[in-house]
Amino acid sequence: MTTTAAPAGGARNGAGPEWGGFEENIQGGGSAVIDMENMDDTSGSSFEDMGELHQRLREEEVDADAADAAAAEEEDGEFLGMKGFKGQLSRQVADQMWQAGKRQASRAFSLYANIDILRPYFDVEPVQVRSRLLESMIPIKMVNFPQKIAGELYGPLMLVFTLVAILLHGMKTSDTIIREGTLMGTAIGTCFGYWLGVSSFIYFLAYLCNAQITMLQMLALLGYGLFGHCIVLFITYNIHLHALFYLFWLLVGGLSTLRMVAVLVSRTVGPTQRLLLCGTLAALHMLFLLYLHFAYHKVVEGILDTLEGPNIPPIQRVPRDIPAVLAAARLPTTILNATAKAVAVTLQSH
Amino acid sequence: MAEAEESPGDPGTASSRPLFAGLSDISISQDIPVEGEITIPMKSRIREFDSSTLNESVRNTIMRDLKAVGKKFMHVLYPRKSNTLLRDWDLWGPLILCVTLALMLQRDSVDSEKDGGPQFAEVFVIVWFGAVTITLNSKLLGGNISFFQSLCVLGYCILPLTVALLICRLVLLADPGPVNFMVRLFVVIVMFAWSIVASTAFLADSQPPNRRALAVYPVFLFYFVISWMILTFTPQ
Repeated sequence: MTTTAAPAGGARNGAGPEWGGFEENIQGGGSAVIDMENMDDTSGSSFEDMGELHQRLREEEVDADAADAAAAEEEDGEFLGMKGFKGQLSRQVADQMWQAGKRQASRAFSLYANIDILRPYFDVEPVQVRSRLLESMIPIKMVNFPQKIAGELYGPLMLVFTLVAILLHGMKTSDTIIREGTLMGTAIGTCFGYWLGVSSFIYFLAYLCNAQITMLQMLALLGYGLFGHCIVLFITYNIHLHALFYLFWLLVGGLSTLRMVAVLVSRTVGPTQRLLLCGTLAALHMLFLLYLHFAYHKVVEGILDTLEGPNIPPIQRVPRDIPAVLAAARLPTTILNATAKAVAVTLQSH
Repeated sequence: MAEAEESPGDPGTASSRPLFAGLSDISISQDIPVEGEITIPMKSRIREFDSSTLNESVRNTIMRDLKAVGKKFMHVLYPRKSNTLLRDWDLWGPLILCVTLALMLQRDSVDSEKDGGPQFAEVFVIVWFGAVTITLNSKLLGGNISFFQSLCVLGYCILPLTVALLICRLVLLADPGPVNFMVRLFVVIVMFAWSIVASTAFLADSQPPNRRALAVYPVFLFYFVISWMILTFTPQ
């Protein structure tokens, strides 16, 4: 078969490939019918035909530079007897450039935007998730060799969303009015910001302290550590007792922090590094729980007051100025406004 | 057969065989079909284009779409294991429901003017991005449902919660009190359970059987957030 196959850059003498010129229709499709009315009548040299054929042979490569076509044309001097394609050459070349570009873009897209990249991190069974949730509360004492961290993202992601829902529940309980518009944004921003930001920060510190942990493992570890936060907040947003909160903060928050600290200690060498890494993580984790509780504490206390005291909305609202329309009823608006403000001040002082 | 007669054991004949000697043995086998397609150039093809739904009246189009949406609403209200929502998915129903929900959840007091805007956007964003997240999650867990089918199912299953919101608004016209709250709580819980049952009935088959719980949990969270928004809604 080598005798009939034509080399890519050389001259052609066989009957096969150059008749392929008829394959490509003027309209750019793979039609076998040539629409004669669209053929350009300007007769050009047949060098352009050669350029076209070289282009088609190079279709497998990404290079669709028109300059190459021009260079290839000049190399060949063979007369093929096909006239009339000159006017269509530029369109053909543009078409091929477009197709090559499109192919490259779709290849890049399918490579990077493919969600299958994340698929192995979601390959879990419900039993595994449940056991990992429970284990995240149990600190393991073995720190002599690296403890195993499951590198999955389903559990952490679901825990972050649960924390968002619990935060919303806590915020809505206070029936905030003015801050209503940014509730969802605040909750999502806080939880995801903590998860991603603190993971990155601890990963950076781990890199400095030469700890054996990857980013995925850090994300998974911190994500599962939020399980304790979810439990504490769920309970204390419904039962508003300070002492109860502090107890749970120490107990449940402490347990999950100890677990994360033990895992990190088992993967770090050197007392200074261990102290730095684990101290930072413990501080951030415990303080986050404290922040989540107290950020909405005032509003929660406001609810308790309203349930016992007079019917005042928890967020003090500035009384509206009575519009000047009522001036038509011959009531001076300034006096009305002052009265309204005085009433509000009286109510507030309760 | 010619090849059998030429003994391969003879080294001399293999190279001295004349060129094209074997050509007489070559024949095109009869079972290779020779076929192809003659495509007609584009210009004449455009004229043949069948504008099947483009020429009908607007009323026909709207009624057809409304009937499809209504049929799917019925399927949601009486959930059976059927493929209607999955087979001919459309996003009209979810859009109507989402806009209704968002409009009704707006507080209509003049004071909180700046809260009126974000309310609508908040609900919209929660519904659509929540649905997208759940779809991605179920695909990553190994489900064989397409993106828009899942969006369609999740959007349509908001219907019970929208009904709950309507009932809550009616109930709120009465005087507020703990009884009022208990009634609303009961209604919202029932509709929440209905939504989850409906969406599970449609989505469960597309998941591998041992991971259904993993796929249903985010749906539970999603409808929980929407139910909570409905329950704590108080018009001022």
